[in-house]
Amino acid sequence: MSLAVDRAAEHHDTLAQRVRRVPLPALIGLAVIAINIVVAIGAPLIAPFGQSEIAGPPYNPPDGAFLLGTDAIGRDMLSRIIYGARNTIGIALMTTLLSFFLGAGAGFVAATAGGWVDQILSRAVDVMISIPKLIFALMILSILGASIPTMIITIAVLDSTRIFRLSRSLAINVNVLDFVEVARLRGENTFWIVRKEILPNVTAPLLAEFGLRFTFVFLFISSLGFLGLGIQPPAADWGSMVKDNSTLITFGSLIALAPALAIAILALAVNFVVDWAANLTSGLKD
Amino acid sequence: MTPAPATPVLSIRGLTVRAERDGQPGQTLVDDVSFDLAPGQVIGLIGESGAGKSTIGLAALGYSRPGCVITAGSVLYKGGDIVHMTERERQLLRGADIAYVAQSAGASFNPAHRLLQQVCEIPIARGLAAPAKARENAIGLFQSLDLPEPQRFGGYFPHQVSGGQLQRAMAAMAMAASPAIVVFDEPTTALDVTTQVEVLAAFRRLIQSHGTAAIYIAHDLAVVAQLADRIMVLRHGKMVEYGDTRDILERPRQPYTQKLVRERTRKFAAAPGAERDERLLTLRNVSASYKSFRNVVHDIDLDVDRSDTFAIVGESGSGKSTLARVIVGMLPRQSGMLELAGETLPASFKERTREQLRRIQLIYQMPDIALNPHQTVYETIARPIQFYFNPPKDEVRAQAEELLRQIELPLEFMTRKTSMLSGGQKQRLCIARALAAKPDVMICDEATSALDPLVAEEILELLRRLQTTHRMGLVFISHDLGVVRRFCNKVIVMKRGAIVDGGAIEKVFAPPLHEYTALLMSSVPQMRPGWLDETLRARSQKQTDAIAQSAA
Repeated sequence: MSLAVDRAAEHHDTLAQRVRRVPLPALIGLAVIAINIVVAIGAPLIAPFGQSEIAGPPYNPPDGAFLLGTDAIGRDMLSRIIYGARNTIGIALMTTLLSFFLGAGAGFVAATAGGWVDQILSRAVDVMISIPKLIFALMILSILGASIPTMIITIAVLDSTRIFRLSRSLAINVNVLDFVEVARLRGENTFWIVRKEILPNVTAPLLAEFGLRFTFVFLFISSLGFLGLGIQPPAADWGSMVKDNSTLITFGSLIALAPALAIAILALAVNFVVDWAANLTSGLKD
Repeated sequence: MTPAPATPVLSIRGLTVRAERDGQPGQTLVDDVSFDLAPGQVIGLIGESGAGKSTIGLAALGYSRPGCVITAGSVLYKGGDIVHMTERERQLLRGADIAYVAQSAGASFNPAHRLLQQVCEIPIARGLAAPAKARENAIGLFQSLDLPEPQRFGGYFPHQVSGGQLQRAMAAMAMAASPAIVVFDEPTTALDVTTQVEVLAAFRRLIQSHGTAAIYIAHDLAVVAQLADRIMVLRHGKMVEYGDTRDILERPRQPYTQKLVRERTRKFAAAPGAERDERLLTLRNVSASYKSFRNVVHDIDLDVDRSDTFAIVGESGSGKSTLARVIVGMLPRQSGMLELAGETLPASFKERTREQLRRIQLIYQMPDIALNPHQTVYETIARPIQFYFNPPKDEVRAQAEELLRQIELPLEFMTRKTSMLSGGQKQRLCIARALAAKPDVMICDEATSALDPLVAEEILELLRRLQTTHRMGLVFISHDLGVVRRFCNKVIVMKRGAIVDGGAIEKVFAPPLHEYTALLMSSVPQMRPGWLDETLRARSQKQTDAIAQSAA
């Protein structure tokens, strides 16, 4: 019982200390991410109008009813940005998770199995990585059509090649350590070795990479949206909103920059947090 | 010994070094240590890891590792206090006046430059010698350090020379600017015993011929005793005892020093059970090789009984660890027979059954990398119990607790991460993990080499006790014939992958000795100041005899 109390006290202490040690940029980043998540989840409650609802006249300047004005066909910009958070972030998160699942899984297997398994996986990844990502994605999406599941899978597979390389090189470094050999000599299978011996020792750098990749995927979806192959109308997403309203800039209205600003702020926030997480994990190593 | 003259070349007064984290003072690493170093004098610093000996050595150069701060005391060199100098002034002293020889020469040389260029760097950069003169000097140093082909040696890159040669090259680098003081930080710890003798002799000749004062840091008292005039014994950053080498060795006053001095003499009782013995491991004509190297081990025959403590000795590269890997199946044998209690084992561990894997367990040299730092102590020892026997959960718990008791770790350690344990505790845990499989044969691959002498001694005691209670055969791989002689009952001596000598311990170590065994034997440092001289004299005598013989 005393042990349990000790551990609880210890835990409490480190948690309190950690919060105090979080640098300001990371705190801001965490806050921004939290706000984005709340907005994304609660979009129907927060948004004054529906995402495809024609709420007023086209190109209405910002006023009391439409805080950020309306777009070319009279949809409320603020509501679309709020719903856009849901679509853009949700899809980016799912894509990143899927690409990590694929990339890290294959990378770990390649590193632990070695031999021909490693050769086949690595060469396949080399081939894929040699084709420019955006062009590859544009090609596949124009062949298969730009539905949300196709987009998620396409980007996840393309992105997983980068994660494959990272996780393979991380796992190779752990794989040569004696404790992995101990597990192997005990008769453990590859799955157990990956899950219990390798994964815990590479989580920190992979987490940092997750943050970065999330940002990249998120920007990638926005750029696909800008090119017209991303999330399809009438669903709102930040990238296509920038494109749709870009003509407004020529008329001197800065409202078109609002979705672009949302993209920039979230990308920055995620990177602040990732920087801090990377420092934290490197500090924990000793 | 040298009588301390009136003016010491270096004088350390009340040196205190603390660890610091985020500006908060932490553990005291060195606590109020003082000593004087006379010109030409050698002071040995000895103690286990964490005793603060390297920290003192570095403080002599006015340096503290990142995260450490010299909080009190002074380091006086030529009347100036190095601690309070500016970094620029200190940099001018380092290398030119006070030089440093690090433990791992391999990690300290720049792999992209030739040796000569690195050895001459300080004298040329500081303008102490013209480039041509510096080079000539360096070649002279290579010569006095007994390096092969001194004229050409400097043209090699660090990776082209052996570890012992590189360590000597590092000493040459330290001496290049004729400093007043050289700090040797465990310079022979990473070397083979046979190489160590030559390197020690070269160091000593160099120090004596140049009249350089030196601080010699080591964890092996017998090594320090060969070079040092005075020895300071340190523990937990505090001075335990300080005196002339002979006094420390012959009349140690403190209990800790007495333990250190006695460490090499303890004789272990034999493992019982010889009366109804059982053959466990049989190897016949076993050969194996790595992809690019033919026959790393070849034609190995050996028999291990249940009551045996079977030693495999040899220098690094002799194939002794490879042999262990062949036995456990990490490196499949290419020919020959390998039997465990009469049952032929497949060459690769991948083809062995779980039961066959269970019966042979391996203990590694480096406990730090043999344990997953993200697992707790409990996870580490519970896994083999579950994996091999799969008893109910509370039974796993009970067995794990029993194992922890046997390796003498407190039960609170169960929830700790393995990375929080000390080196000795980690090695104990590795033993418990192997023991959890209830093996018939436990192979210890240099299991005590990376540990401090006193900790290693405790591990040996533990192994012997467990061997007795669990009735298992022990295969003990080591380069240290001193330990082998005290701990084992059978031995094979390996050289270049083959067995050159072997049999019962009493027989192998009784005269007449096999030539190679004799060389290994004479290389084990002994706790007397005259050991190095005697060994060198005996070796040169043997050479003279050989020359005389071939002439006749």
